[in-house]
Amino acid sequence: MRWIFRRILLLVFTLVAAITINFFLIRLMPGNPVDALLNELITQGYSYEEALTRVAQIISFVPNAPIHEQYIDFVKGLMRGDLGRSIRLAQPVSTILGYALPWTVFSMSISMVISFGIGVLLGMYMAYHRGSIVDRAMSLYSSVSGAIPAYAVGFFLVLIFAIQLKWLPPQGPYAPQMSPPPAGQLPSAEFILSVLRYAILPITTYVVTTVGGWTLRMKSSTVSVLGEYYVTAAEARGLSDRRIVLTYVGRNAMLPLFAQFAIAIGLMFSGVVFIENIFLYPGIGRFFFQSISWRDYPLTSGCFVVISVAVVFANFLADLLYSRLDPRVKFE
Amino acid sequence: MSRPRSRGFVASFTRALRKSPSSMLGFAIVAFFALMAILGPIVLPFDNTYYPSKRYFPPSWENPLGTDFAGRDVLRQVVNGSRDVLLVAFLTGAITTVVSFMIGISSGMTGGLFDSTMMAITDVFLIIPSFPLLVIIATSLPRMLSPLEVAFVISIVGWPGLARTLRAQVLSVREKPFIEAARCLNLSRLHILFNEILPNLMPYIALSMIYSIVGGIYSQVSLFFLGILPFTSVNWGVMINIAFGENALINPKAWIYLFSPIACIVLIQTGFILSQHALEEVFNPRLRSEE
Repeated sequence: MRWIFRRILLLVFTLVAAITINFFLIRLMPGNPVDALLNELITQGYSYEEALTRVAQIISFVPNAPIHEQYIDFVKGLMRGDLGRSIRLAQPVSTILGYALPWTVFSMSISMVISFGIGVLLGMYMAYHRGSIVDRAMSLYSSVSGAIPAYAVGFFLVLIFAIQLKWLPPQGPYAPQMSPPPAGQLPSAEFILSVLRYAILPITTYVVTTVGGWTLRMKSSTVSVLGEYYVTAAEARGLSDRRIVLTYVGRNAMLPLFAQFAIAIGLMFSGVVFIENIFLYPGIGRFFFQSISWRDYPLTSGCFVVISVAVVFANFLADLLYSRLDPRVKFE
Repeated sequence: MSRPRSRGFVASFTRALRKSPSSMLGFAIVAFFALMAILGPIVLPFDNTYYPSKRYFPPSWENPLGTDFAGRDVLRQVVNGSRDVLLVAFLTGAITTVVSFMIGISSGMTGGLFDSTMMAITDVFLIIPSFPLLVIIATSLPRMLSPLEVAFVISIVGWPGLARTLRAQVLSVREKPFIEAARCLNLSRLHILFNEILPNLMPYIALSMIYSIVGGIYSQVSLFFLGILPFTSVNWGVMINIAFGENALINPKAWIYLFSPIACIVLIQTGFILSQHALEEVFNPRLRSEE
């Protein structure tokens, strides 16, 4: 119980810290967006009071109130799911994020599962065949791939598969002549196919940059499990190789990887900023970056809050899952 | 204790280098780029004037890597860009290491409430996604930043990992019998910290420093590439940013311009990672005996 309590405390602390840092940094941003917006509205012919209420609507706090009241208003807004209005897109930030988040979750969850799956299989294979060609080639690949940034991989893939070979589309979430199905209706098969086709390059970019890490971790984890007595005992009992590989070695070797899955989710949101911008994929990383070049601070703030909340909860869930899989961690 | 140890370090270091050609290669790459950053701008000064008539020239004797969209020499840009990139990277490595050193060691040595508070803060910073945090910190700063300031900003998100590792190491070393012996001899806390505990932490510090340097390269180039930090001078990230903005991907003439800085980043990061492997082997006797 104490363990869970500490985790929840950490979760709350982290959320508060992320939201607070975000609030004050946005206030610090050059050209103070609040003042800029206020001036803009006044030059558009609004009276000062009118401009003030409009700004308050857009940014969801009153610019002239003392800073602690602004902070409380900001947090209250967050609780209601009100993240303010985007200046550039003139829409509630929550609407924009509601559109963006599914794209990121869709493409990145597929990417992570593929990367993790390939990494686990290859890593186990390498642990069983140490010194083989596959082992040596993958070890080299893993250490070098850690040096290659996601955008470099993205550029290469676009260049080869989209521009030279013209096999796959270079940018966007689906074919431009298509439109997403109206709310409440199932998408057509054509639309789904198009979405999948357009997701291939972003997914490949993510997998290529991260699979090396999973492979190495799985290999070293498997090697250490292979030295355990329970594996020797299982062999001595004459259990089938298949059973030993799957239930004795594989499951135990995968345990420490789950703890790192949480870290991978956090890192994913860093990679997503690059991947989505190279492929003009309308996910949260794309809007995060665009909001900064537009100086659209409510949108920047909303993106950061959502990314933080997603990562913090992913961490928490991964911790819970890990403690269920390996009860020993609770007694540390 | 210190003298025989350092001789042993140099000896095992050269042994590890001789045994593994890949770490030799790693050090050679790092040395090459360090030379490029120090001497390159003197040997190949960069002319920032635009020559519209020389736009996207193919490689030639005069322009070994061709020219960019403004007719400027690409090789000279790469060479001159290396200076800031490496400067920021080394400063980031140094600052991150010092900060995490102070937090990790003081936390591990003091224990109690101070320790749990510091570690709670560290955990919070570990969980908040670091690159998006770095982006909003960088955006909130006044425009021009010196290399030292860029390094400081990157260090803000870079310290928690090492701080945690160092604290854990202090805790485990503190319980070792030789520390107990030192305490019984009535040696001062500072003596125990610097002469008994610290030598055991050196491997982690050295390895993490390389790790932070690589992180420093990656983060600053990313910030420049995304156009979040303003351009102060030539820099590999700036080159990628401009090339990408000029649609270099669909213009075969611009490919060298786009891929030269990327190739440098990949090369130098590979160099650091390979050298890290060599250091790991020196520091980790278990790995050495396995050979």
